[in-house]
Amino acid sequence: MKETIRQLTEAFGPSGYETEVTSLIKTMITDFVDEIKTDVLGNLIAIKKGASNGHKIMFAAHTDEIGVVVTHIDKEGFLRFATVGGVGISTLVGNRVRFPNGIIGVIYHEKADWKDLKIDKLYIDIGAESKEEAMEQVKIGEFGIFHREFCDLGNRLIAKSMDDRVGCAVLVEAIKKIKEPRNALYFVFTTQEEVGLRGARTAAYDLEPDLGIAVDVTITGDMPEARRMEVSLGKGAAIKVKDSSLIVHPKVKQILMDLAEKNKIPYQMEVLEFGGTDAGAIHLTRSGVPSGAISIPTRYVHSPSEMIDIRDVEASVDLVVALANKELNELN
Amino acid sequence: MLLAQLTEVNGAPGQEGEVRNLIREQIEPFVDEIKTDALGNLIAIKNPRAIGPKVMLAAHMDEVALMIVGIKNNGMLEFRPIGGIDPRVLVAKTVIVGKKKINGVIGAKPIHLQRPDEREKALSIQELYIDMGVKDKEEAKRLVSLGEIAYFTTKYEEFGEGKVKAKALDDRVGCALAIRLLQEDLSFPLIAAFTVQEEVGLRGAGVATYQIKPDLALILEGTTASDVPGTDEHKHATSLGKGPAITFMDRAVITHPPLVKELFALANEKNIPVQARRNTAGGTDAGQIQLTESGTKVAVIAVPCRYIHSPASVMSKKDYDGAYELIKHYLRCLEEREDFQ
Repeated sequence: MKETIRQLTEAFGPSGYETEVTSLIKTMITDFVDEIKTDVLGNLIAIKKGASNGHKIMFAAHTDEIGVVVTHIDKEGFLRFATVGGVGISTLVGNRVRFPNGIIGVIYHEKADWKDLKIDKLYIDIGAESKEEAMEQVKIGEFGIFHREFCDLGNRLIAKSMDDRVGCAVLVEAIKKIKEPRNALYFVFTTQEEVGLRGARTAAYDLEPDLGIAVDVTITGDMPEARRMEVSLGKGAAIKVKDSSLIVHPKVKQILMDLAEKNKIPYQMEVLEFGGTDAGAIHLTRSGVPSGAISIPTRYVHSPSEMIDIRDVEASVDLVVALANKELNELN
Repeated sequence: MLLAQLTEVNGAPGQEGEVRNLIREQIEPFVDEIKTDALGNLIAIKNPRAIGPKVMLAAHMDEVALMIVGIKNNGMLEFRPIGGIDPRVLVAKTVIVGKKKINGVIGAKPIHLQRPDEREKALSIQELYIDMGVKDKEEAKRLVSLGEIAYFTTKYEEFGEGKVKAKALDDRVGCALAIRLLQEDLSFPLIAAFTVQEEVGLRGAGVATYQIKPDLALILEGTTASDVPGTDEHKHATSLGKGPAITFMDRAVITHPPLVKELFALANEKNIPVQARRNTAGGTDAGQIQLTESGTKVAVIAVPCRYIHSPASVMSKKDYDGAYELIKHYLRCLEEREDFQ
C-alpha cells in the first residue's frame, strides 16, 4: 500500500495533463478488471462487471494535482506563471516546480511586502541565463507541478498530491481486493477536478450510475490552533455529510455508516464548510444520481507536503470493498 | 464589409435578434440546414449526412451593453451593465437607447461640483446616468421602458497600420470568421453555432452543443490584448499584430492538449504567426462545450483586441486574417486524416 502511494504521489499530473498518472494506474490494475478505457477528457475508466442484478456504482478519485502554467519568459530567462487549481501564495516562495521533461525551478518573489505578495510578483528560476536558454527547456503554456519527494514516517506519510493520489491508491487497492462483486463497479480515475470537477461530470454522464461515490481527501482540525473541524488523522475513514459542492444523499450516508458499523471499520463524520469533490458533479448529472463521498483525512491540503495516516487509508479501502458487495435495493 | 456590418448591429445578451438575422442572411447560401433553438442560438449545418469528423465552430453573438433599470424624476435613466464593463470607460460616451433607438449621452456630475474625495476616485455606475435630452420622467417613459438596452454607437473604422476600431469585436470577429469558414468547400459535417448569452455566463453554448454532439469544437473569439503603455510585459495576455492567440487554459477550460499542439505545429508549417494566450483569466464558451454530455475536444482561437468590453476596441486585420488562414488549413488537414474516429 505505501509503495502504491509513493509511486502515485511522485507521478506528474497537473490538471489537464494527467496521462502519466492514468498510465501508471492502468499498469497497476489492468489484470484485476474486466474492461478498461479512456474518454475524451482523459478519464481512466476501469470496470468490474459484477453480478447481473447489481447496482451500477461509480467510484471517482481524481488523478490531477494543483500546479502552475508558464505564461511568460523574460529576457533574463525567468518564467512568470499562473496557478492551476487552488494554490495558496504562502506555499509558493522557495518551493520547487517540476516540468514534464524533468526541468526543476525555484519560485521566488520580486521585492515586496509579504502581505502585498501577489502571483504576478512571483517568478520561477530554472537556472537559465537567457530567454533563449529558458525557451529550449520550457514553452509558454507548459504545465508544471510542485516538486517534493514522498516521505514515510511510520503510520503517517507525507507527500505532494496526496490530494488525490491517496484516493487513487484506495481504489487501486480495493480493485485488487474485490473478487466477485455483487454490484457493477465503475472505477473512474478522473481528470481536472482541481479546476472545477470537470472530468467527473462528463464521465458520470456517459456511465449513468445508480450511485456515485467520490474518494478524496478532506481537511483535519487536529493541529495547533487549527480551524475547527471534527476530523482527525488516524481516527478512520471520513464519511462526508456535506461540502460546498453537495449534500450527501441521506440514504447514501446511512448506508456507509451502517457498513462501517457492521464491518467494524473505524470512521468519522465529515462536515466540510468549503471545497468540493467529484461527487458534486456526479450527483447533478442527467436526472440526478444519489451520491456521497469517502474522505481520507489529510493535513496541510494543497501544500507540497500533505500528511495522511495509513490506518485511515486502510479503513477507506475496507469501506469501498464493503460497499461494492452490498445489496443496494434501498436505493431504488 | 462583413466585420463592419457585424459590429454595427446590436445584440445584448438575450437580445441577439439583429445579429442573428444578419448572420442568417450571410450564411444561408452556403449551408444545408439552419435553425434557431429555444435559447436563440443560430445553428447552421453544412454536409449533415457526410461521413467524417463532426466539427463545430462556435462564436457568440452577444455583446456587453447597458440595461435601463430606472427613470429619475428629471427624465435621466439609471442603468446597469450586462456583462463585464469597467464603469470608468463610460462617462461622456454616446449611446442609442431602446427599441425606438433614442440618442443618449452617459452623464455625470461635472468636475467642479464633485467633492474633493470624489475627484480622487472613478465614478461608480450608481453615479452615472443616461441623458436623452428629455424634460421629465413622463417624456422619458414615452421613449423607453425599463429593461430596454442602451448600446455604444461606435462606427467601424480602419486606421493606422492595418488596424480596426469598432465596438463588439468580442465576439463579432469570431462570428465573421465562422461566416467566412462556412464558405469553404469541405467533405465532412461542419456545424457553426452562433451562440447567445456568453457574456453573462456561457449560457447558450451548452445547449447548442447538446444538439450538435460534435467530435471536436473550435471556439472563435476576441480576446484581451494588454500590450499598452504602463503594463509590464509579463502581464500582456496577447499582443496585437503577432497573430491569433491560442488558449492553453483559462478560468473555464483547459483546452485539449493534442489539439493545441496540432494547431501550433500547423501554424509553424504554414508560416502563420500565432501566439499563446499568456494569461489564465476570463472564460469562453469552450468551458461549456467541453463538458457537454460525454465531453468534447476543444480549442480556442482568438483575435487579440485592445480595450475589449469598452465602447471602442482595436484589433489588427493581420491577426484576423491569420486566424482565418489557420483554421481553414486545419479543416483541410482534417479532411485528409484517416485516423479520425
